[in-house]
Amino acid sequence: MLKKKQKDAPEINGGAMADIAFLLLIFFLVATTIASDKGVTVMLPPKAEQTDVKVKTRNVFNIIVNSQDMILAQEEQVNDLSEMRKKVKEFVLNDWTKKDPKSSESPQKAIISLKTDRGTSYDMYISVVDELKLAYSEMRAQYLKIPLEDYQNLDKDNPAQKEKLDDAKKAIPYKVSDAEPSEI
Amino acid sequence: MATFKKKTKTKQDIPTSALPDIIFMLLFFFMIATTFRESELLVKNSLPQASELTKLEKKSLVSYIYIGEPTDRKKFGTEARIQVNDVLIDPDQIVQHVITEKDKLGEDGDKITMSLKIDREAKMGIISDVRQQLREANALKVNYAANKKLRLD
Repeated sequence: MLKKKQKDAPEINGGAMADIAFLLLIFFLVATTIASDKGVTVMLPPKAEQTDVKVKTRNVFNIIVNSQDMILAQEEQVNDLSEMRKKVKEFVLNDWTKKDPKSSESPQKAIISLKTDRGTSYDMYISVVDELKLAYSEMRAQYLKIPLEDYQNLDKDNPAQKEKLDDAKKAIPYKVSDAEPSEI
Repeated sequence: MATFKKKTKTKQDIPTSALPDIIFMLLFFFMIATTFRESELLVKNSLPQASELTKLEKKSLVSYIYIGEPTDRKKFGTEARIQVNDVLIDPDQIVQHVITEKDKLGEDGDKITMSLKIDREAKMGIISDVRQQLREANALKVNYAANKKLRLD
């Protein structure tokens, strides 16, 4: 009796295991949405404390978006966003020479004022903010004399690269005032 | 002729005994990578596209707010609404929500990041109301969730 038992050692048939694993695998493959928590980060201004900061009108670049998603930049209608980006860059950098009286005195003093209507679509708003971010990235890349892609790949956790980033941020600070929407 | 005979005799089976191991490995990867949505969406939520994205760093410090047109129009109407956790709320309840979220984080409460997942068809009116409330609640770091857009120029 004992001998017989040892002969056919209890083996579980593992052939179907792969099938079961496949089934589970396919379930998870289908159910997975790899979390992509990415987005446009902005800092909101602190709660309004009636402090009137005097800013020269020369240093303010006005962007107004109405409820039909039409853009007005410095009292001129712009039809596409890259045109607006170009204008913003011209305004902020002022050709590095500070000659043009219509542009800002210096990149540090330049402020972008973005006004939206209650009826402006969110899609448009994000596009405008995104375009402004891109404009600033391009200007900072230009300031550091590196291509845009290299600038975007700079790593905050690397001390040497962080220094570069901080330097560029200091030279060209991102100042966008997101005014409360109004009826335009 | 003899050589031909020999060839036919060779075993052509691929050893499949390691197959389950490989499949299990893949399975574990996907099991770990999977995040199930913690709250069921009651509002439409197709995100806009943007190119200048930043990644949210500390997931534990992130709190989500969804804004969009309710999916159940009969029950909630067609106006865009705000959803936190599993409920639809009004803009003036956001301060309360942020305070509870901050309390949950304890000491790190002030580092909270609000991730706004807003439907691309929403209007700025409701968004600015939310923004005012977030300022009121002193949750100033805001992330507008968006999908990656490729720029061709």
